[in-house]
Amino acid sequence: LVCTRKRSLEERRVKANDREHNEKFQYANNCIVTSKYNILTFLPVNLFEQFQEVANTYFLFLLILQLIPQISSLSWFTTIVPLALVLSITAVKDATDDYFRHKSDNQVNNRQSQVLIRGSLQNEKWMNVKVGDIIKLENNQFVAADLLLLSSTEPHGLCYIETAELDGETNMKVRQSVSVTAELGDPNNLASFDGEVVCEPPNNKLDRFCGTLYWREKKYPLTNQNMLLRGCVLRNTEACYGLVIFAGPDTKLMQNSGRTKFKRTSIDRLMNTLVLWIFGFLVCMGVILAVGNAVWEREVGSLFQSYLPWDPPVDNFMFSAFLSFWSYIIILNTVVPISLYVSVEVIRLGHSYFINWDRQMFCSRCNTAAESRTTTLNEELGQVEYIFSDKTGTLTQNIMTFNKCSINGQTYGEVTDPLGKQPKRLDFTPFNPLANPDFCFYDEKLLESVKVGDLHTHEFFRLLSLCHTVMSEEKSEGELVYKAQSPDEGALVTAARNFGFVFRSRTPGTITTTEMGRTVTYSLLAILDFNNIRKRMSVIVRNPEGRICLYCKGADTVLLERLHPCNQELMSITSDHLNEYGADGLRTLALAYRELSEDEWEAWSESHRCADKATDCREDRLAAAYDKIEQDMKLLGATAIEDKLQEGVPETIALLSLANIKIWVLTGDKQETAVNIGYSCKMLTDDMTEVFIIGGHTVQSVRQELRSAVVCRLQNTAGSFRKMRQKLLYISGEFALIISGHSLAHALEADMEAEFVSTACACKAVICCRVTPLQKAQVVELIKKHKKAVTLAIGDGANDVSMIKSAHIGVGISGQEGIQAVLASDYSFAQFRFLQRLLLVHGRWSYLRMCRFLCYFFYKNFAFTMVHFWFGFFCGFSAQTVYDQFFITLYNIVYTSLPVLAMGVFDQDVPDHRSLEYPKLYEPGQLNLLFNKKEFFICITQGIYTSVVLFFVPYAVLSDATQSNGVPLADYQTFAVTTATALVIVVSVQIALDTGFWTVFNHMFVWGSVGSYFTIMFALHSQTLFRIFPNQFRFIGSAQNTLLQPVVWLTIALATAVCVVPVLAFRFLKLDLKPQLSDTLVRQKRRKPGGRSIGGAWRGTGSVSEGRLGARGGSRRSGYAFSHQEGFGELITSGKNMRLSSLALANFASKHSSSWIETLRRKKTNHTPPIKSVSCFSGVCFSLIILRSAL
Amino acid sequence: MMASSYNAKEEDGHHSGSSTHGGTGAPKNKKPDNTAFKQQRLPAWQPILTAGTVLPAFFVIGLMFIPIGIGLYVTSNNIKEYEVDYTGVEPNSPCYDCANNFTWNSTTPCVCTVTFTLTQPFESNVYMYYGLSNFYQNHRRYVKSRDDSQLNGVQSSLTNPSKECEPYRTNPETKQPIAPCGAIANSLFNDTLELYYSQPDGNTSKVTLVKTGIAWYTDKHVKFRNPGNDKDNLTERFKGTAKPVNWLKPVYELDPSDSENNGFINEDFIVWMRTAALPTFRKLYRIIQKKPDSTPTLASGKYVLKITYNYPVRSFDGRKRMILSTISWMGGKNPFLGIAYITVGSICFFLGVVLLIIHHKYDTRSNSADIPN
Repeated sequence: LVCTRKRSLEERRVKANDREHNEKFQYANNCIVTSKYNILTFLPVNLFEQFQEVANTYFLFLLILQLIPQISSLSWFTTIVPLALVLSITAVKDATDDYFRHKSDNQVNNRQSQVLIRGSLQNEKWMNVKVGDIIKLENNQFVAADLLLLSSTEPHGLCYIETAELDGETNMKVRQSVSVTAELGDPNNLASFDGEVVCEPPNNKLDRFCGTLYWREKKYPLTNQNMLLRGCVLRNTEACYGLVIFAGPDTKLMQNSGRTKFKRTSIDRLMNTLVLWIFGFLVCMGVILAVGNAVWEREVGSLFQSYLPWDPPVDNFMFSAFLSFWSYIIILNTVVPISLYVSVEVIRLGHSYFINWDRQMFCSRCNTAAESRTTTLNEELGQVEYIFSDKTGTLTQNIMTFNKCSINGQTYGEVTDPLGKQPKRLDFTPFNPLANPDFCFYDEKLLESVKVGDLHTHEFFRLLSLCHTVMSEEKSEGELVYKAQSPDEGALVTAARNFGFVFRSRTPGTITTTEMGRTVTYSLLAILDFNNIRKRMSVIVRNPEGRICLYCKGADTVLLERLHPCNQELMSITSDHLNEYGADGLRTLALAYRELSEDEWEAWSESHRCADKATDCREDRLAAAYDKIEQDMKLLGATAIEDKLQEGVPETIALLSLANIKIWVLTGDKQETAVNIGYSCKMLTDDMTEVFIIGGHTVQSVRQELRSAVVCRLQNTAGSFRKMRQKLLYISGEFALIISGHSLAHALEADMEAEFVSTACACKAVICCRVTPLQKAQVVELIKKHKKAVTLAIGDGANDVSMIKSAHIGVGISGQEGIQAVLASDYSFAQFRFLQRLLLVHGRWSYLRMCRFLCYFFYKNFAFTMVHFWFGFFCGFSAQTVYDQFFITLYNIVYTSLPVLAMGVFDQDVPDHRSLEYPKLYEPGQLNLLFNKKEFFICITQGIYTSVVLFFVPYAVLSDATQSNGVPLADYQTFAVTTATALVIVVSVQIALDTGFWTVFNHMFVWGSVGSYFTIMFALHSQTLFRIFPNQFRFIGSAQNTLLQPVVWLTIALATAVCVVPVLAFRFLKLDLKPQLSDTLVRQKRRKPGGRSIGGAWRGTGSVSEGRLGARGGSRRSGYAFSHQEGFGELITSGKNMRLSSLALANFASKHSSSWIETLRRKKTNHTPPIKSVSCFSGVCFSLIILRSAL
Repeated sequence: MMASSYNAKEEDGHHSGSSTHGGTGAPKNKKPDNTAFKQQRLPAWQPILTAGTVLPAFFVIGLMFIPIGIGLYVTSNNIKEYEVDYTGVEPNSPCYDCANNFTWNSTTPCVCTVTFTLTQPFESNVYMYYGLSNFYQNHRRYVKSRDDSQLNGVQSSLTNPSKECEPYRTNPETKQPIAPCGAIANSLFNDTLELYYSQPDGNTSKVTLVKTGIAWYTDKHVKFRNPGNDKDNLTERFKGTAKPVNWLKPVYELDPSDSENNGFINEDFIVWMRTAALPTFRKLYRIIQKKPDSTPTLASGKYVLKITYNYPVRSFDGRKRMILSTISWMGGKNPFLGIAYITVGSICFFLGVVLLIIHHKYDTRSNSADIPN
């Protein structure tokens, strides 16, 4: 048994349909448990967990100390009441969390699945599924465990899955069973299947599986392509059978959901440091007082023995001092009150709720409210300096719209109405019953041109309807659904459809379209598929008349050089149009065609076949063959597709950069696309002095490029004094850096990263393109390491998860792609533009509130506790408390907790619209101005000052004072009541001064706290309680005896004035001489109630006029803009997937392709240098930069 | 605070929204409520520290504090107080012998007399205090060494005092419980002070000292009570208890003349049991009632203070004083309060002026300042 167990660590053996055999290995069953407790274990386990918190253990330790009578300077309940309160609040929270986990566990574990047992299908709960079982899945069902696909109802054992829950990708993936098992169609055959799978042990690699199937003395290799993972959903497949390989906790889904790293805010870290310092301070005070005790006991106490002998175990002053040290640790422990941590949590929870409740962060289109998924990071939102953003789905909607086109030198789509009237959307239905009603186009001229029968226009749309790899599905007559691999293609085919060239269906050899109402079937001779090097795709079709034609669309850079020389004039016009489109941030494509004679076709066809069959360098040979035929084409025109930005993205980015937040875009897209988006969302502008492009492939070239960027920047800064003024407008110069993934890999190496960071951080905008998810995280880590700045990562897809997890704050865009990013995030909302409100309003407020809260909290506890220190010098260092024990118990949890909580939750300095109007208001947070070590020292100095006043003023007044009936006031109880009352009043006045925003709650809590102090004090000093517990309520009558004395009130008033006046004077001076922006704004509001006019200023700078953009547009015209992948063309011509297209594809069409990772991976495995195009492009740019800097 | 990121519910959380067949009713509108609370638009008052509010505040505080301070100072100065230190430290002081020859078990009390002269007559009620210095009634071990339950007359505590009273809980020899137990009671101040007026004609007359009305009402009537049944003899009620070690007589003999001032409710005892906050303190000892006619309560002239010296303080450098004082509405002599009020008021006023000047000099800039963007 030991042997088998050991082996199961290295490999897993699963025998189908043999539970007895598999039980030997004791594999985990399919029951998942995410809950932590059950009813019995809750109390011990939860308490054990809670006491692992240092603070809780510390208070437990104090509690134990208090049980020693020689040490105990306080009653046991002064510590146990707050501790019990804290523990029970946390326990209740944990219990509710766990209850919901139990509920969801139960729901998942009780899902039904069909298991093949003894030859028949039986319904079983998920949790009873065992490793080695064969289960049947039906369409749209969740996969219950990690399965080896055995057979499916589809041909070739194919089945389709959606992996959104697993990796966030919403496109469907194909899985295929091993061919031998694919033939085991029905349950009877499967029941007798007794293959054995030997595979790797459970791991968390979603894209890898390695195993072998042994069946009938033969070995079959298994890969990830044969696996259905838990969390996936079966789509477009009637049913399939799978063998359970990993179950429950062993599944890749569960293996991936490890414990998340607990994020702490910088305030948290600062707070922990400060708490440590305070502990040190506490020990120092303890030592000072213990030394004092030793001296006192030796000099005075030993002589005083006749009245006050030592407690029995104490026999010398040293021992007494030792005990006194611990006694003082107990009574002075309130400098770090246990309620600090709870209060901080409560305030953060409140802020989180405000985020959840914010209507201005609610997206009504997708019915999603903002959600703060962690409640511990809010104030960090007010300190963000770097934002790392994903592009697709975050900045852009990932929706492509056919926006403009140029046909035969005529541009369409530009609707310029000087009056700015809303242009009318074209209605296609009367002209074309097959039109897609969702399609938007505004330019009537194009429709006219089609109707008139312009040959070029017809040919243009014919090309769009033929040259693509889109699949169509026609559920009922005229109700067409296109399933495009990339949204760009979908947009083009839909455009053609609306303009009368409807793509209806395809077979491996034909394409059927409806051209201007007439059904035409073309025979499809060849698809010259897209790839990243070719940057174009073509089809060769034969029309019913027998004419053979090659239609090609592709990046203008590659296509324009393949045109027939006679196109020169048209080419230059179209080129101008392309520049215009590119300047508008549109993705452009050029279209061309070529008629082929039968002979040409035959000849080429032969060479193509030859290349296709070649075993070595097939790819290269095919490319050469394609290249041969794609020559001498005639230009038809160009299309421009808008990659729609999310609403308000340019404004948000402008606003955030005014708030001194640097935005880096990290995208998997190509450089051209990324740069395009950079321009369209105003991250890059034509005003920029320089855009550095780093695209080197080797360490040396990257280093050189970085260095030249530095040199260039220096020259620019030194040379242009005229621009200095202009520079002040921008936050960090007008440079931008664009770096591609492979260069980034070098830049992130240890010896270059500092150089990279310094260059990149000097740039206003940084765009990293073609980066892998891992690199995204590395970049974030790099900034975290080198800049000590707060970072925020925002993204929507699974590829952003690593970056979201490693940034200080992760934000997920919900409702777009899968929910992986949201699950990993700390905050989620539906639109990128909500980020400005999250940071500038909620973050800023949270930071402000937390800082004010902490300042006040430390102040009030020092003011409270240090009084004991001073009293120590007058009571023989005996650890006698100044206050009543009940006051000590209640001070932090009743008398002073709510006003400061109310301030921490509700305080505002400027209203929300102001923080959006004046992004500069965000700066104090980034610079850490409101709560830092200096502020902390100011608070505790103020606290210590207050404690001095609170002790020595009553001391000086009361020591000689008497009541009006002659009874001295200097008794201990009167002194205690006076000091306590003065303390409560002083800290209440202080919170009143600190509160900047008096809502009804603040009033209630501040007045209520003072009221409750007096009420509770009178109750505790009442006769009733004394009669029941005479030894606990010794202060009977003190309240009324003391508070009726005018001298006492005069003392309290004096102490309050002495405490508050200096504070008031300092604050006034600070406000008068060094006003912060927020102070000025608040005052401004007083003077000019409607003074919004100044605030609008930034908006002007934010929206750069469209016209100016054209000036330098040529340099950034997009190349082939497809986020495209190769491989589908072959699938179409082979006909393998034809059933797929005829099946229910309903979900498919609406999904966006985001499987660029897949492409990237494939590239890597093929050992072709990744993305050559980028490098040559950047090479050109690089030489341009050198030229410029030389000039 | 670690949490597992996996939540089984979320496994299908997303899907239920996007699946085409799961259309069960209209989706709930998740738009947050438009309430002032949730949208953080609660009406609020935003106080701002401006010159218009802060500077007047300083002047108002100043103008309020200075008159109060002057009033207090004048009142305090009108109060007459006379203090006699009778510890007997110096060899020439009358109580030197008593202080030096003191032994705990001497049976004959040592008596000494101190003569002093009041230069001004004391009007109205005059209060007589004894003052102790360097006596740590506020020491933690001292403060807790009492049993309020016993002092409240609870029978069970009488026979079984609280452990806090150790080592004055039971008599070490008889093992009887001590009543009243504890260090505070044990160290009861037991000097007897008598005051004689040497009339100008050479006769001396005893000044009447009232020994009730010197404790808090709540202490006398609620907090302290004798144990047992009121009908019984006080001696009976304390039967089975021992007197505190240092005491010369048991608790039921503190004032045999007045049953309402004997036992635990003896006011001298109650006053002592109300521990002082500071090591130098005074406690009310006796009241000299004002005379019905308009003659001063204590006329100016020579007085003799006769002390029965029972209470040793020299071992710990303590001092004993006798204080005579008159009283005003604000209590006894207290010059500090008046001076402090005048000082604080002046500082406020001065600050107000300084801030006003600073404000005028520098504020022009911030008035016209544009908001930097």
